[in-house]
Amino acid sequence: MSVQIWTFIFVFLTFGLYIGIAIKSRAGSTSEFYVAGSGVPPLANGMATAADWMSAASFISMAGLISFLGRDGTFYLMGWTGGYVLLALLLAPYLRKFGKFTVPDFIGDRYYSQSARLIAVFCAITISFVYVCGQMQGAGIVFSRFLEVDITTGVIIGMAIVFFYAVMGGMKGITYTQVAQYCVLIFAFMVPAIFISILMTGIPIPQLGFGAELTESFGGGYLLDRLDGMSEQLGFATYTEGQRSTQDVFFITAALMFGTAGLPHVIIRFFTVPNVRDARRSAGYALIFIAILYTTAPAVAAFARTNLINTVDNIEYSAVPEWFTKWEATNLIVFTDKNEDGRIQYVGDPEINELEVNRDIMVLANPEIAGLPNWVVALVAAGALAAALSTAAGLLLVISTAVAHDLMKRSFMPNISEKQELRYARIAIFVAVIIAGYVGINPPAYVAQVVAYAFGLAAASFFPAIVLGIFYKRMNKQGAIAGMVAGFLFTALYIVYFKTINPTMDNAEGWLFGVSPEGIGTLGTIVNMAVAYGISKITPEPPKEVQAIVENIRLPAEAVLR
Amino acid sequence: MSDSSAQSYWKSNIRIVLSLLAVWFFISFGCGILFVDLLDNFRIGGFKLGFWIAQQGAILVFVALIYVYIHLMDKLDDKYNLESSKDNQPNLQTSTDGDTE
Repeated sequence: MSVQIWTFIFVFLTFGLYIGIAIKSRAGSTSEFYVAGSGVPPLANGMATAADWMSAASFISMAGLISFLGRDGTFYLMGWTGGYVLLALLLAPYLRKFGKFTVPDFIGDRYYSQSARLIAVFCAITISFVYVCGQMQGAGIVFSRFLEVDITTGVIIGMAIVFFYAVMGGMKGITYTQVAQYCVLIFAFMVPAIFISILMTGIPIPQLGFGAELTESFGGGYLLDRLDGMSEQLGFATYTEGQRSTQDVFFITAALMFGTAGLPHVIIRFFTVPNVRDARRSAGYALIFIAILYTTAPAVAAFARTNLINTVDNIEYSAVPEWFTKWEATNLIVFTDKNEDGRIQYVGDPEINELEVNRDIMVLANPEIAGLPNWVVALVAAGALAAALSTAAGLLLVISTAVAHDLMKRSFMPNISEKQELRYARIAIFVAVIIAGYVGINPPAYVAQVVAYAFGLAAASFFPAIVLGIFYKRMNKQGAIAGMVAGFLFTALYIVYFKTINPTMDNAEGWLFGVSPEGIGTLGTIVNMAVAYGISKITPEPPKEVQAIVENIRLPAEAVLR
Repeated sequence: MSDSSAQSYWKSNIRIVLSLLAVWFFISFGCGILFVDLLDNFRIGGFKLGFWIAQQGAILVFVALIYVYIHLMDKLDDKYNLESSKDNQPNLQTSTDGDTE
């Protein structure tokens, strides 16, 4: 059977599963819609968090990016996992104890201020919206390449599915579909990785195959040594050595960590477990489930890079494999025969190099490059869709709760009934899906880049405000508001300046302290904290009731003498 | 729970969090980034040590840290008789708003 038929089968089966789960878990109350009634077991929440978190970027792009960045790709690996340590130790248990529905709920109540709440709503919607557009684009790429429908149709199908289960089930429906999506995506990621690891090193565990010797047919020797050797020979950077400056890698890693801990769609997952102990446990489960993919990804990156070089270097253009031609049709692989000898020169020197490979296709193309069976290739497509849709659903829920709960119920229309609030939440998801779909079909050029910056913005706005709110009782509304505004503006302006206003300065000489726009969120976090601390010192301390809230969330149970 | 035991609970909590974060920082930013070239002089199997920590080892340490944290906090909660296994329902009252604007 062809890849296309297999893909249809997998996509049809998995989508059917998601819809079935959605019908089973309809939400009847706002509590079910926003936080699944706080009844999700920690193991299930861990899986759901992992699927929620691992987006099209983790599944499709990350290993590909690492295979071109080599050791510098480390900032994705450590940044996107190390943030969970911060989340588990500094945020999750306390926010669960606080026990409301949304991040703006916490900011608004802790800083006893409607303005703080509205700023938080603005940040939550901006961050989530930027992020969701990338997911829709990811789904579009998969549909267009594997099902050979056009991107518009692909995005509309994806939208319809997300819309169906997000609107019906809210958090409850999303949680259990995410559990299923985690299983689909991890299976789809691991199967080809295991196959390729066996093929290249004879070891079925990719994490170990990564450091093992290649089999005879691949030339023997340690995989990484061989990859270093081939890279040097062709004039690419040595794979296991870094090219970026140490301080830039440091700042990018920190920005991704702080950002991970400050992303509202991840934080709200911890509102769905029954109690504080379960919140800690589900953070542990979540990171285990994430680590399975994240320790495999660098192995996949090295395998894919080795395979790519082996396959395309200096071969006759007329003899390229079928996958090469198919990706060429999508313009994601481009060959220009500069010296007109009919062979592909794939080398580091941009003057001579004749092959441009889009980094996003490495994971999708990897099974084909390695010549794996068609069903494995198709499985990857279903996994990528699961990753994109699960994250999109979590983000859309944040947008809808921000509108229905934080804007309507808590700010402008406090007298609406629960039924009306629920209706507004569903309407908000509907509108958000339509807009996200529109942007997915007509992507503005900057969206793909902007996704990475969502982390910087989350790092510079939410992360410090929440951490200070828990660990620094004296922090007041003036300080927190000034900090969030300063951090957010500083980060956003820095990114906008280098990416749109003055892109010619976007290099190590032009950057402030040599920090690239990807890493500026770290400085934004520091700016936020410094401003917040300074302002809070010269303004009155928070009211007694608010200090009592802080005392209360610091204890995992009601403070009773026993 | 009295105020003073709440305070000493919080102090122990802070000590646990800070010591685990020290390990977190040392492994990721220290071994994975700042001293990575130094550690690359050592090898385990096909890996240079620094490269391995940066791309795999740090992630395993992160997982371990969260589990150590869960364990230590469970012990601490037991010591102070803080039973959180009783489900706390979402706190729906809105009286703490105190909107002053």
